[in-house]
Amino acid sequence: MDEPALNGSEIMLKALVDQGVEVIFGYPGGAVLPLYDAMFQQNSIRHILVRQEGGAVHGAEGYARSTGKVGVVLVTSGPGATNAVTGLTDALMDSIPIVCITGQVPTHLIGNDAFQECDTTGITRPCTKHNYLVKDVNDLARVVHEAFHVARSGRPGPVVIDLPKDVALAAGLYVEPSEVAEAEQKKYHPRVHGDPDRIKQAVDLIASAKKPIFYCGGGVINSGPAASQLLTQFVRLTGYPCTLTLMGLGAFPASDSQYLGMLGMHGTYEANHAMHDCDVMVCVGARFDDRITGRLDAFSPNSKKIHIDIDPSSINKNVKVDIPIIGDVANVVEAMIKVWKSSKAKPDQRALKAWWKQIEAWKSIDCLKYDQSGDLIKPQYAIERLYELTRAHDDVFITTEVGQHQMWAAQYFRFDKPNRWMTSGGLGTMGYGLPAAMGVQVAHPDALVVDISGEASFLMNMQELSTIGQYRLPVKVFILNNFYMGMVRQWQELLHGGRYAESYMDSLPDFVKLADTFNMVGLRATKPGEVDDVIKEMLAVDQPVILDMQIDPAENCFPMIPSGSAHNEMLLGPDDKAEQPVSEDGMVLV
Amino acid sequence: MSTDEEIHKHTIAVLVDDEPGVLARVIGLFSGRGYNISSLTVAEVDIDANLSRITIVTSGTEMVIEQIKAQLSRLVPVHRVSDLTLEGPHVERELALVKVVCVGEKRVESLRIADIFRARAVDSTNESFVFEIVGDTGKLDAFIHLMAPLGLTDIARTGIAAIARGREAI
Repeated sequence: MDEPALNGSEIMLKALVDQGVEVIFGYPGGAVLPLYDAMFQQNSIRHILVRQEGGAVHGAEGYARSTGKVGVVLVTSGPGATNAVTGLTDALMDSIPIVCITGQVPTHLIGNDAFQECDTTGITRPCTKHNYLVKDVNDLARVVHEAFHVARSGRPGPVVIDLPKDVALAAGLYVEPSEVAEAEQKKYHPRVHGDPDRIKQAVDLIASAKKPIFYCGGGVINSGPAASQLLTQFVRLTGYPCTLTLMGLGAFPASDSQYLGMLGMHGTYEANHAMHDCDVMVCVGARFDDRITGRLDAFSPNSKKIHIDIDPSSINKNVKVDIPIIGDVANVVEAMIKVWKSSKAKPDQRALKAWWKQIEAWKSIDCLKYDQSGDLIKPQYAIERLYELTRAHDDVFITTEVGQHQMWAAQYFRFDKPNRWMTSGGLGTMGYGLPAAMGVQVAHPDALVVDISGEASFLMNMQELSTIGQYRLPVKVFILNNFYMGMVRQWQELLHGGRYAESYMDSLPDFVKLADTFNMVGLRATKPGEVDDVIKEMLAVDQPVILDMQIDPAENCFPMIPSGSAHNEMLLGPDDKAEQPVSEDGMVLV
Repeated sequence: MSTDEEIHKHTIAVLVDDEPGVLARVIGLFSGRGYNISSLTVAEVDIDANLSRITIVTSGTEMVIEQIKAQLSRLVPVHRVSDLTLEGPHVERELALVKVVCVGEKRVESLRIADIFRARAVDSTNESFVFEIVGDTGKLDAFIHLMAPLGLTDIARTGIAAIARGREAI
């Protein structure tokens, strides 16, 4: 007990350093001044000053998603905390490990409606994996260590630590992570190893399949790069087709011949039909979300389903499965490979050949074809060219906002590695992509980071251009500008008689001039012939860039499973829609 | 999907760390996900280990009940979730305080009924009684139903506390 007492802020900083934190995304304010003062007096942790707290959380999400580490956020009380709520909810929905430290008014003022007071733990309870209000400085170090353990273990997620200002200034004792490790394990210990009997059953079922499919999601990526390698190894061992969710892109190489593309509402024709017709479905780290299943009672009606997930609450939530396996993807798939090899599993090659023949027939529809013959730039073409022209780069990280551009990016940009694709899947947060790109670039200063954006989403968090400028982060903002909230307009066209209520983006800024005011490079293309040149120019400059790619404003995102429809009721293009009006049940769905 | 769509009542016992906000976490989970609570009781059961026990009576399809248990289990301060309805026989008890305001023949009748139900008068004035009654929910409902025409004015019920029969503990 000879250690000199530290104050709460120093304890916090020491705990963060001991947890391996290198970067914090934050914004100061009254309640966190002691923490900023402690940060000012150290050099281990780098602080990125964002321009709004929402940007801090998305930045930390980009950082976490691209590195596999925990993203750390520091914001003040009241509005600082409430501004962080969208990002926390986003991280919860997409299982991103975040520790968010919020300042709080001093303990004796809590409940008194003090200046910049809000009930942070109350507000964030449903949008975090767990949260803490620290009232005793001697609990602080333990709470911080535990928060990191909770954020990164099991199904990752955001954790809030609410720290009253008097606690941040009070003297207390520090405890090392190793001193609380055992208690943490006792308190929160998700199951990571799958049940061996279930694994054996699952492998037998997989081996006996005649029309199998692997359906894999973000859980593979959260399990770490080894999980992607093991999954790839297993899929190749079987020779079976594999499809990925939006969150799973990169978990299996897009260049592999067994890859069918993304599935779901804007997934490929072959992936969705294979899901519908399969006899054995192997779901790995995905959660049967409504964007994946389409109409539930018509979802893959004749298949036996295996579901591997670390979160027991994901099992049987939307779809009843036959063999659930609770565990970490890397562990479970590794065990499956062992059983597969030792049992010398031999799939029915004749059946498999017939299944692949069927899949090839679906593929031959070429559902992602588009026509770039007119004078207007097609968004699909712009993304395809971006992909082709960046292939030579060692490492390309793509973030997106939410809407049509996001779906086109998912369809036309191809990922061979995990952790290269950052998108807001579950919550669908417009304005995610720019701050996320900022966070990715902070983590990977020399990599190419592109935010594929839409003009409407971009405006939602464009204050972070200032942050990008301050830290000289060479982020490329690739705006597919169609002068509409494109996905809103697409749904209005399909479901609401083409009455485009409030979806036109009037009074847009001149994006090239905007870039100029933030000391960025501004570029613009309006004709197909200019696309390659502006992309090359964007890649050539070692500065942040805003590229205003003005695209065909009428283009819609296809293929599409209209809401309330089944996987085998896809619309392939604008000519399809007259034949299949959306049902009344479908109208109420989002 | 050919899942069981029948709605069943389940009594679930949850052992939690006794810390601020833990009840809000549990209740918020039910309201946020649209689950039903028909009864909820909570009290500290182990002061040394700082544990509280929450007893929840809820209803839903088999899939919903499974979800409720899985969602409860993944809350960090939750130690154990036990579905007493599924895990074999168990005892359920509830306590009610029932105030009856009456005089004359009704007063005598209320005492007679209380005797049959083994309810105790825990407070008495010239024109009122407070009865304490312990039993399962059905017994309390029946008692309250009989007291209604006799001047029933106020009811306080604790909600259900439940425990498994036999030697197994949570």
